[in-house]
Amino acid sequence: MMDKFKIVIENLNLQFGNQPILKNICASIPENKITVIMGPSGCGKTTLMKSLNRLTDLNPDAKVTGSIFIDGQDILHTSENITLIRKKMGLLAQRPYPLPMNIYNNIAYGLRISGRRKKRYLDKRVEHYLRQVSLWDEVKDRLKEPAGRLSIGQQQRLCLARGLAVGPDIILADEPTSALDPISSQAIEGKFNELKKNYTIVLVTHILRQAKRLADHVIFMYMGEVVEQGPASEIFGNPRQEMTKSYLNGIFY
Amino acid sequence: MIQKKEFEEKFFRVLMFFSTLIIAAALIFIIFSVLYKGLPSISWEMLTQVPEGGFYFGREGGILNAIVGSLYLSTGATVMSFLVGLPLALYMNVHLVRYGKLVNTIRFILDLLWGVPSIVYGAFGFAVMTYFGIRVSLLAGTITVTLFVIPIMVRAMDEILKSVPVGLLESSLSLGSTRAETAYKVFFRQCLPGLSTAVLLSFGRAIGDAASILFTAGFTDYIPTSPDQPVATLPLSIFFQLSSPIPQVQERAYASAVVLVIIILVTSILSRMFSHRYQKNKINF
Amino acid sequence: MNRAVMRVSRIRVGRLLQDKLHVFWMQICLVLVFILPFILVAGMLYKSLLLIEAQPLTELLFSKTWKPMAGRFGFYTFIISSVWVTILALLIAGPICLLTAIHLTQYAKRWVLRVMHPIIDILAGIPSVIYGVWGILVVVPFIGNYLGPFFGKSVSGYSILAGAIVLAIMIIPFILNILIEIFKNIPPELSEASMSLGAGKWQTIKLVQVKKALPGIVSAFGLGMSRAFGETIAVLMVVGNVAQIPKGLFQPGYPLPALIANNYGEMLSIPMYDSALMLAALILFVVVLIFNFASRLIIVKSEKQLA
Repeated sequence: MMDKFKIVIENLNLQFGNQPILKNICASIPENKITVIMGPSGCGKTTLMKSLNRLTDLNPDAKVTGSIFIDGQDILHTSENITLIRKKMGLLAQRPYPLPMNIYNNIAYGLRISGRRKKRYLDKRVEHYLRQVSLWDEVKDRLKEPAGRLSIGQQQRLCLARGLAVGPDIILADEPTSALDPISSQAIEGKFNELKKNYTIVLVTHILRQAKRLADHVIFMYMGEVVEQGPASEIFGNPRQEMTKSYLNGIFY
Repeated sequence: MIQKKEFEEKFFRVLMFFSTLIIAAALIFIIFSVLYKGLPSISWEMLTQVPEGGFYFGREGGILNAIVGSLYLSTGATVMSFLVGLPLALYMNVHLVRYGKLVNTIRFILDLLWGVPSIVYGAFGFAVMTYFGIRVSLLAGTITVTLFVIPIMVRAMDEILKSVPVGLLESSLSLGSTRAETAYKVFFRQCLPGLSTAVLLSFGRAIGDAASILFTAGFTDYIPTSPDQPVATLPLSIFFQLSSPIPQVQERAYASAVVLVIIILVTSILSRMFSHRYQKNKINF
Repeated sequence: MNRAVMRVSRIRVGRLLQDKLHVFWMQICLVLVFILPFILVAGMLYKSLLLIEAQPLTELLFSKTWKPMAGRFGFYTFIISSVWVTILALLIAGPICLLTAIHLTQYAKRWVLRVMHPIIDILAGIPSVIYGVWGILVVVPFIGNYLGPFFGKSVSGYSILAGAIVLAIMIIPFILNILIEIFKNIPPELSEASMSLGAGKWQTIKLVQVKKALPGIVSAFGLGMSRAFGETIAVLMVVGNVAQIPKGLFQPGYPLPALIANNYGEMLSIPMYDSALMLAALILFVVVLIFNFASRLIIVKSEKQLA
């Protein structure tokens, strides 16, 4: 079966000042699958992911060339409002960063931003997305509490729900379990497996086992370049490049 | 909807731009108006003579008494607060480095002391002096200013010493140095440029403050020859002589203002140079 | 060989003794700083107790009668003047600082920050008496000649407003430095999260960053107010020093620090006068201490939440 590609990256170069971070990246990310970007730390995984929703714009030193097509539209060269593009992608960071407001408003924030203000509608959506990440039963009585009081694991699920609430088709996750305990990590991983039916998930990780557990598609990076990419079964079962092989065998991290 | 959002952002960006401009303009405006008014009064005689016929009424003479007095007083206060401040700052960052809570309490107290208005130090100093029957003098003024400068100096030094990594302390101790040697030889040298900045900052505060010396240092036409004599200072030279109705006396006030501003600017530039060098020479860990 | 051992041990004894002496002096310095606030309070309390025993504290604080010759000391007028000047100064300085801090940390190019840093530092280092001179040269005539007549009032210019303007400029660098630190310390991931939810830059600043910084902003303003409350010489030079309850911005006032500074010379000739002025200093001290304490507590608490 041929994969339909949601995101296609062509000749993407990125440098901070004079230091190249991403070198001529070409990669494709299939729709409704979990694509894992893996590689040793400092290889540019996170930067690649941030350039997908153009958060790299926030750094004035960053220079980006090349193209990133999402649904056929080149988001690096578009007249469309950048916030609308960002809304297509939910972001999950390494540590949960709840917004400085209560639990309810953390979810409602994105909806309000896009102009939804009716309380009935917001109530329904908040409950829906909290249920989707299995957080509803834990927090339904304390929706007015500051989100910072939740446990780290709960916070990360809240951040996931917050991202889902604005209706993206892509979820970008940057080592989302690195700050979590094993049980919370498991909960997040389980969610990803459920969510991939409806979402394209891009997951950055340096945990090999996590990659093996979750990946449908793998992009392996080293020193700012894509070394190898393809379906998980191929990469893990029969890697073509020496470098990939030695990484998978734990020769280097 | 989008338009309204964008208008709001534009509106606030204009406001922000002007706020920044106001602050920059205020500094230039203040320095310019002081120099504009005072520079014409600056002359060789002004800088090298003491006032004649009393500082409040005499039309002749200059502000040498205030210049020298201020340098005496603030140098004395800086040295004295250095003698207390450096050991304390080192103690906090070398000996007490494992007692985070205690160090934070000390910082908290120092911050509170920093917030105490200088007039309170002045009033307190005066109360102590009357209790012991001490008259206004260079020494009393210096001690009062020292009390007021210590928290400033310690906190400034502390901020510098805080940045020394614990690894340096541990490796120095493991080479067999005592803690005091580590403090004075390793930490002190490592942070020397930063500490000089702290000293200059304190000197600037000491020479500029008027409220703490108002009742403790007094004012005089002469240059003191011993610490128990009253002393003239630049801030008070401005404050007292500006209220005089005689133009020549007011000129002395404006000239004092020019001298004080220049001293402050020079200390500020010097400390900036030190802190730049500090960043250049600092060993990065 | 024996001699060598002895020499080593003598050196060690010398070094250890030196170490002990250093530590001893360090501890003395530490104790000095620890007891300094208590000595300050004790000294002022000792002096002002005389007056507190003679007149009830409520009368001292809330009576408008200030007749030192008759032994009547009511601080109400002076306290109100202080409050007016302080609040007004914060109303001017607060918005300017907040807007500038956001501008410098979120929008401005790097070179602007590089230029503004020394400007803020120098502004913070300018002595209060120089601000006073500037007030007399510029602010007072401006109010007396232009602003007052513009509002149809004939005034001298020496006024609450002049004091507040000078104070505002003085506390701006102080507040601004704290605010810049606070905005810099907000993790960038928070803004990224907000923006990936579809918020624009301004919305992110307004709804997330300012909200996150709120405890810090409140305490920066609190610290600024306490600084303004105790500022003496600059205010004294432009505020007019008339002991009356000000009825408008253009009227002169007489804040507490000015009262102390102006009357110390003659206080020894009038009974109880020194006691009264020391009480004024004590009031100043306590108010400033409370503001400082509360503000720093807010900062410490919010830092803990971040960690």
